[in-house]
Amino acid sequence: MNHPNTPHPSSNSNQQKKHNSYWNKNLKIMSLLLFCWFFFSLGCGVLWVDFLNQWTIPGTGFKLGFWFAQQGSIIAFVIIVFIYALTMNRVDKTENESKLNA
Amino acid sequence: MSILNWTYLFVGLSFSLYLFIAWRVRVKDTRGFYVAGRDVPAYANGMATAADWMSAASFISMAGLISTMGYAGSVYLMGWTGGFVLLALCLAPYLRKLGHYTVPEFIGDRYESDVARVIAIVCAVFISFTYVAGQMRGVGVVFSRFLNVDISTGVFIGMFIVFVYATLGGMKGITWTQVAQYWVLITAFLVPTIAISIQLTGHIVPSVGMGATLIEPSVVGQTNFLLNALDSTLTDFGWHFYTEAFEGKWSKFNVFATALTLMVGTAGLPHVIVRFYTVKNVQAARWSAFWALLFISILYLSAPSLASFSRYYMIHTLNGSSSESLPSWFIVGKKRV
Repeated sequence: MNHPNTPHPSSNSNQQKKHNSYWNKNLKIMSLLLFCWFFFSLGCGVLWVDFLNQWTIPGTGFKLGFWFAQQGSIIAFVIIVFIYALTMNRVDKTENESKLNA
Repeated sequence: MSILNWTYLFVGLSFSLYLFIAWRVRVKDTRGFYVAGRDVPAYANGMATAADWMSAASFISMAGLISTMGYAGSVYLMGWTGGFVLLALCLAPYLRKLGHYTVPEFIGDRYESDVARVIAIVCAVFISFTYVAGQMRGVGVVFSRFLNVDISTGVFIGMFIVFVYATLGGMKGITWTQVAQYWVLITAFLVPTIAISIQLTGHIVPSVGMGATLIEPSVVGQTNFLLNALDSTLTDFGWHFYTEAFEGKWSKFNVFATALTLMVGTAGLPHVIVRFYTVKNVQAARWSAFWALLFISILYLSAPSLASFSRYYMIHTLNGSSSESLPSWFIVGKKRV
């Protein structure tokens, strides 16, 4: 995996551009999902847990922060990996199609 | 039939199942041995990864740890599953894209250096040995308990079984055996968890039961949510709240650092990474990561419920008995909390 900012000398600029846009999309999706990963686990489950614990999920005995630490973060992880597989595979598909058309 | 006979029956049945699968899918070539011919469907690979990844620690000791640690036990829940997210997002698809048999091969080619490859091999061997030592100890503990044998004898029994099916079936045999293992494991975990959930709260789903009200409230005039009852009983005993964050040595920084360490460490487990080489392509690798985490989450969402149920159950079974009549392990446990 070459870094996008250091173009390989032999590759032509058009291909490089396509590769760049693919890599940028990849980075965008990854950073967004990694942000969610941090937010729901280390954020809601650890850093702000005492703050969130002042609320209880209505109808249950769960304090909000405690729920995030023991249930919510895991549910969020499953959704994150699902979205990742869905969007990245779609990006891969359009990338392959444009390669075939070129 | 006695409990011991039932145990022999179930252990015998699951062992024969594993060995039977290994014999049926035994392999003859390198591709089959290392990467299962790269034709494992994503959901099956997900199941196998889940069984592989949920080791002795998740299955035997995690619920117990959370039960004694309360909130602080969440580091294992978040740490291990969170590490899997890192693995799925940052490692698995890229490793699969280059299409090798092993991680050191990837490192060697990526950095075009044999030195890097040797370092990767040393690291992989070191990590695997450390990991296997813990796992094998777990196997020994399980067998010593169920089959009434020595821990070392238990280790040898486990080693023999794994040796037979791994050399016979290679990655292919291991994959399909682990699919079967997942079902054995999740059934064994969920049956008691669901039973105790129904008994205490009347809910079939343990995660719902954990936040629900108790069927028989212990203290009259209080909200009879399980977690509230647990918190107030524990403070009566002079312990901290079960749901209380950051008490004792588990400061915010400590919890954060431990969770983060567990996450990063989990992302690098070699035996899990190697699982992603067995699927057809990168797209399948991503889906199988999703399936794996979905199957893992079934156990990981139930384990904290089991932890709170059993803590509540234990406290209330022991409530009212004098310190002389308490079992010795209970006193030891209290000191360590």
